[in-house]
Amino acid sequence: MKRWLPLILFLVLVGFFARGLFLNPREVPSPFIGRTAPAFTLPRVGNANASFSPADMKGKVWMLNVWAPWCVSCRQEHGFLMQVALSGVVPIVGLNWKDKDREAEALLARTGSPYVAVPEDLDGRVGIDYGVTGTPETYLIDQAGIVRLKHIGPMNPEVWKNKFEPKLKELGA
Amino acid sequence: MIPELGHFALILALLVALTQAILPLVGAHRGNLTLMAVARPAAQGQFVFVGLAFACLAWSFLTNDFSVENVARNSFSQLPEVYRLTATWGSHEGSLLLWVLILAFWSTAVSVYSRHLPEDMAARVIGVMGLISVGFLAFLLTTSNPFERLLPAAMDGNDMNPLLQDWGMIIHPPMLYMGYVGFAVAFAFAIAALLSGKMDVAWARWSRPWTTVAWAFLTLGIVLGSWWAYRELGWGGWWFWDPTENASFMPWIAGTALIHSLAATEKRGAFKAWTVLLALTAFSLSLLGTFLVRSGVLSSVHAFATDPARGAFILGFLAVVIGGSLVLYAWRAPKMITGSGFTWFSRESLLLANNVILIAALGAVLLGTLYPLFMDAMGLGKISVGPPYFNAVFVPLMAPALFLMGIGPLARWKEASLPDIVTRMKWALGVALATGFLLPLTLDGFNAWASLGFFLAAWIALAVAAAFVERLRYGQGSVAYKLAALPRAFWGMQLAHLGMAVGIAGIAVVANYSSERDVRMDVNSYAELAGYTFTFRGTTEHDGPNYRAARGTLEVSRDGKPVATLHPEKRLYNASGMGMTEASVHPNIFRDIYVAMGEQLDDEGAWTVRLFHKPFINWLWFGALFMVVGGFMAASDKRYRIALRRSEMPKNVAAQGA
Repeated sequence: MKRWLPLILFLVLVGFFARGLFLNPREVPSPFIGRTAPAFTLPRVGNANASFSPADMKGKVWMLNVWAPWCVSCRQEHGFLMQVALSGVVPIVGLNWKDKDREAEALLARTGSPYVAVPEDLDGRVGIDYGVTGTPETYLIDQAGIVRLKHIGPMNPEVWKNKFEPKLKELGA
Repeated sequence: MIPELGHFALILALLVALTQAILPLVGAHRGNLTLMAVARPAAQGQFVFVGLAFACLAWSFLTNDFSVENVARNSFSQLPEVYRLTATWGSHEGSLLLWVLILAFWSTAVSVYSRHLPEDMAARVIGVMGLISVGFLAFLLTTSNPFERLLPAAMDGNDMNPLLQDWGMIIHPPMLYMGYVGFAVAFAFAIAALLSGKMDVAWARWSRPWTTVAWAFLTLGIVLGSWWAYRELGWGGWWFWDPTENASFMPWIAGTALIHSLAATEKRGAFKAWTVLLALTAFSLSLLGTFLVRSGVLSSVHAFATDPARGAFILGFLAVVIGGSLVLYAWRAPKMITGSGFTWFSRESLLLANNVILIAALGAVLLGTLYPLFMDAMGLGKISVGPPYFNAVFVPLMAPALFLMGIGPLARWKEASLPDIVTRMKWALGVALATGFLLPLTLDGFNAWASLGFFLAAWIALAVAAAFVERLRYGQGSVAYKLAALPRAFWGMQLAHLGMAVGIAGIAVVANYSSERDVRMDVNSYAELAGYTFTFRGTTEHDGPNYRAARGTLEVSRDGKPVATLHPEKRLYNASGMGMTEASVHPNIFRDIYVAMGEQLDDEGAWTVRLFHKPFINWLWFGALFMVVGGFMAASDKRYRIALRRSEMPKNVAAQGA
């Protein structure tokens, strides 16, 4: 019996590991899911007199995409965001995060803009309210202004299909 | 074209590895020398193909081929050349390729330095290593192909994680893997012995130098990782009991136990079954570490967690390799007859005690590392286990083992006399106790943990000295002659033990007498810490190759005399937009002065700055280096080389009997 003990202990471990594979240790549910999106009022890129506030989007399902001109992975998702914008499924607001050199306007003029509005978060304070850890990040916000989804990292067809499309259907958008 | 060539080389390597695994094992089973002879050339051929694949990947990184997904994700056109090269193993795919390359390297080393082994033994060892290669190559090719193309090609890369852009990180992974994977040799020897059913002490002698070398590399890898964390993470800590650290520390503990029990098995034929089990355990823990770090089960970087296929593959592989070897162990264990007996107080019993304690400590680390997973898997909530648990459990467990370190090398095999040891060591005990009680008083006040640390450090160091004195008392000739005549194994062991003493002294001081301050510093204001005065001269803009930085200038002085000018940086990396703190350190043998920038506070140029005074921290690194050198020295002992030379004469007849 004694000689089988190492094997038995190991098999118990394997059982736990197998279970662990289907859990995500990092998936501490974002405290914002199910809560009202933090309010802010920021000037819009290219038009300092106009401002943007989440309240402007009341009654609509919309996406808040946190990006920056200096962020390379944001360029990666740009093409796909353009497709989403063209399909007209959901309006995208692009929070321009910590763009110290003010390059956003020129960049969007060159590459095309998937955004209905581009509020400018120069010092990154709004980003802090939203718990932004890095760009890009995308939030899905419902008609009542409640955050329903958060995705960290570039948006791509797979994430869109598995996470966003089902949620959008559920919200009736 | 080059990436495709690499991919193709990898496929060929898999095929050669299959040959290396199957033919020699079948040959050894049937006693067919022709099949067994495939082992060596196959291992060397596999090394060539994996090396070619690795070179192709490195070439893709060096030439900024952003049409390769791996390059696009982990490199950047502005990245300095040396980091582009090291980015080759910075990713999941690349680090696995490095793993396989190093395994192929060890297999080739075995194929070259195994002429003295019976043919069937060598064939089995190389065959088992081939099986492991097959698993990892299949894993690479099916789930983690490093040569995957990205179409259309990216315009530029995402950059290497800025944390890894440090020269400590350049050599840390290769050294760590040399250790991790090196235990595969001891593992293969144990499996080969189990397969052949010949559980004599010869396999212990053969696997000893390999195990010691692997252990030395692992020690070096761990300490480089720790040193990197200390300098690069910017909060002055050197060990965090983080799952990835534990993943490398657990094989190290098992390896340390293995080295010691191999000694008892080789010299006295003692604990055969136990030693085999330890050899299996050490490598199993290396595999487990790879699984934990790479599968995302414990802590994950997004990219890995989103792909459970990888985790499932490694887990399946783990189950087959470790499960299979444990079944083999259980089946063969009754065949292992332990050699002559020993009394309760002998070198054997002390080594056994050392082993029991080390394994208990290993169990404690394993439990703490996996506990969050257990809780989560049973739906009991998400928790994390931090340093307080590990320190509270690990330190008291290790203290008795460290005390025994002082006695073990002085005790005789089979039967030692306790009164005799007491007579020989009572002066050392007295001096060590005095050091433990008095030394803390000369520092910043008495502290029980520091006191224990000093006592143990002094005790081990004095035991090393005593061992030399006793060895030099007998024999003819001058002291220098007698010192030179001592075997390298003896030198190596004593040096490693002394390294432990130096390291413990370092830990005792740095853990209990460090001081730090988080201060707001206006330009030209000053702050004081541990007798040093830090004057902040503001920051300047500084452009690196792939980052922009605010570089601070702090003048450090003591009693009005300048000591150093430090330039800590706060960097913002262009591609990822990640912020990084680059600490600046002024070292000497008694202390480090360590400064890190916090955040800018206002437009006048005020910053928060972290100041650290870290006494004796460098003793830690030096202690570890002593252990590394000691390990290499012990492995190069004359008896192993004689065994090699002698074997060149008779071309083994032993194989016939297999």
